[in-house]
Amino acid sequence: MAPESPDRAHAVAFTLNGEAVRAHVPARMHLGDLLRESFGLTGVHLGCEHGVCGACTILVDGRAVRACLMLGVQADGATVETVEGLTESGRIRDLQDAFHTRNALQCGYCTPGMLVTATELLNDADAATSREEIRAAIAGNYCRCTGYHAIVDAIAATAEARRDGPKNSRREAAE
Amino acid sequence: MKAPDFAYARPASLDAALALLAEHGEDAVPLAGGQSLVTALNMRLSAPGLLVDLNAIPELAGVSEDEGVVRIGAMTRHRDVGTAALVRERLPLLAAALPHIAHPAIRNRGTIGGSVALADPATEWPACCLAAGATIVVRGPGTERRIAADAFFLGLYTTALEPGEIVTAIEFPVPGDGAVWGFEELSRRHGDYALVGLAATGRRSAVGLSDLRLAFFGVADRPVLARAAAAAIEAGDLTGAQAALADELDPPDDPATRAATRLHLARVVLGRVAGRMRDGTVKEETSHGA
Ligand SMILES: Cc1cc2nc3c(=O)[nH]c(=O)nc-3n(C[C@H](O)[C@H](O)[C@H](O)COP(=O)(O)OP(=O)(O)OC[C@H]3O[C@@H](n4cnc5c(N)ncnc54)[C@H](O)[C@@H]3O)c2cc1C
Ligand code: FES
Ligand code: FES
Repeated sequence: MAPESPDRAHAVAFTLNGEAVRAHVPARMHLGDLLRESFGLTGVHLGCEHGVCGACTILVDGRAVRACLMLGVQADGATVETVEGLTESGRIRDLQDAFHTRNALQCGYCTPGMLVTATELLNDADAATSREEIRAAIAGNYCRCTGYHAIVDAIAATAEARRDGPKNSRREAAE
Repeated sequence: MKAPDFAYARPASLDAALALLAEHGEDAVPLAGGQSLVTALNMRLSAPGLLVDLNAIPELAGVSEDEGVVRIGAMTRHRDVGTAALVRERLPLLAAALPHIAHPAIRNRGTIGGSVALADPATEWPACCLAAGATIVVRGPGTERRIAADAFFLGLYTTALEPGEIVTAIEFPVPGDGAVWGFEELSRRHGDYALVGLAATGRRSAVGLSDLRLAFFGVADRPVLARAAAAAIEAGDLTGAQAALADELDPPDDPATRAATRLHLARVVLGRVAGRMRDGTVKEETSHGA
């Protein structure tokens, strides 16, 4: 049931990386902390906790969102996926391989957020995937190491391979 | 940083939300997309006692058209505003503004009602509302008010909203025959708040532009309708219009961008937008460098 009356903590039930989970969450706890502290999903990186750096980006109901700007109690009823879930499902194996071969990460702090942002871009049938488009999509994800070039290369290579590959097989697998 | 302690409720109807706000008074605030409010909580710039989450109220989201008016529910996410087929067809100005608002993950969550209620003077939706002659629909306990955008934005983060009221929808008149629009924004990086922006609507005929509404943002404590500049452009005097901006705008002065620089940029933007509207070469602009 929705928490219709005010309280400082609420019970939530949601789908996390494909599994049904429950938790009792203080209202003030943001979703990034809930995922890290209650579920051990430390791939949700926290940089700024005010929406600017993008390190905490996850998928909620299939869309990229900032885990630091959603409350844990707002996950109730939602489908949440982190980089751990995306990795286990194999859906972004090609993207991860492209990051690896092109050296699109150094310290890796920004990488989970970059991968999730790119996942949404690549799944979005409407989105063109020119380099300019890719740069616009990752403009909200800071990387202090790579200079971005290799990241754009990796996303562009994945977009191209998916376009040329067996007709949309990966996108179908993703849905 | 971490947010201070507060209580949270997620009512399932607008009436229940209004009742909670009424019961808890100024201690309670609505939570929409959270893309500004949760930021402020995490930085401890705000310490409300109760957040009333509007995300479970179905009647607040969605886009519809009725009798020459497009109605956009307050909880419609930025992304869904700009990509709705109805908006792309009827209100291309809004579709053109969308890519300038923050980043994909923030557009997926932030709402048009939240932006309008917050009234950050450097943001896109309030200026679009002003340019398009929109009406802000507001509900309080037992009352509904309909406030013209011209009378809604009163100052820095200040609107005509009373405590306990909720923005429920924004209504945009469907532009008629000969309608043209223009949009341009200059920012340091893609997705940053605007240094200077302009949202404009008008009518174009063989004799020139008329009914021009020029809504500037980032150049005062609120979005500003530049009436004298609009009149000068209608009279075919672009130079006069650019000069008139000195009296109409009140740009902030900060070490990174001087007021005089912003005024200059506003004149540049006006020249570009007015030129495109006059020549009928309006298209979606995506320039991000100053
Ligand atoms: C990194 C970053 C960059 C950004 N860049 C931009 C940008 O370039 N342009 C831009 O426009 N925005 C930008 N934003 C802000 C973003 O668009 C916010 O989503 C928006 O300003 C507020 O909408 P919200 O739905 O998230 O509202 P919230 O954050 O939930 O609420 C904001 C305020 O409005 C009140 N409120 C919300 N909804 C209602 C309602 N229906 N009735 C009454 N009161 C209400 C709340 O109580 C709160 O005081 C940026 C944010 C971040 C984090
Ligand atoms: S930690 Fe969420 S955007 Fe930086
Ligand atoms: S790899 Fe270090 S921040 Fe991007």
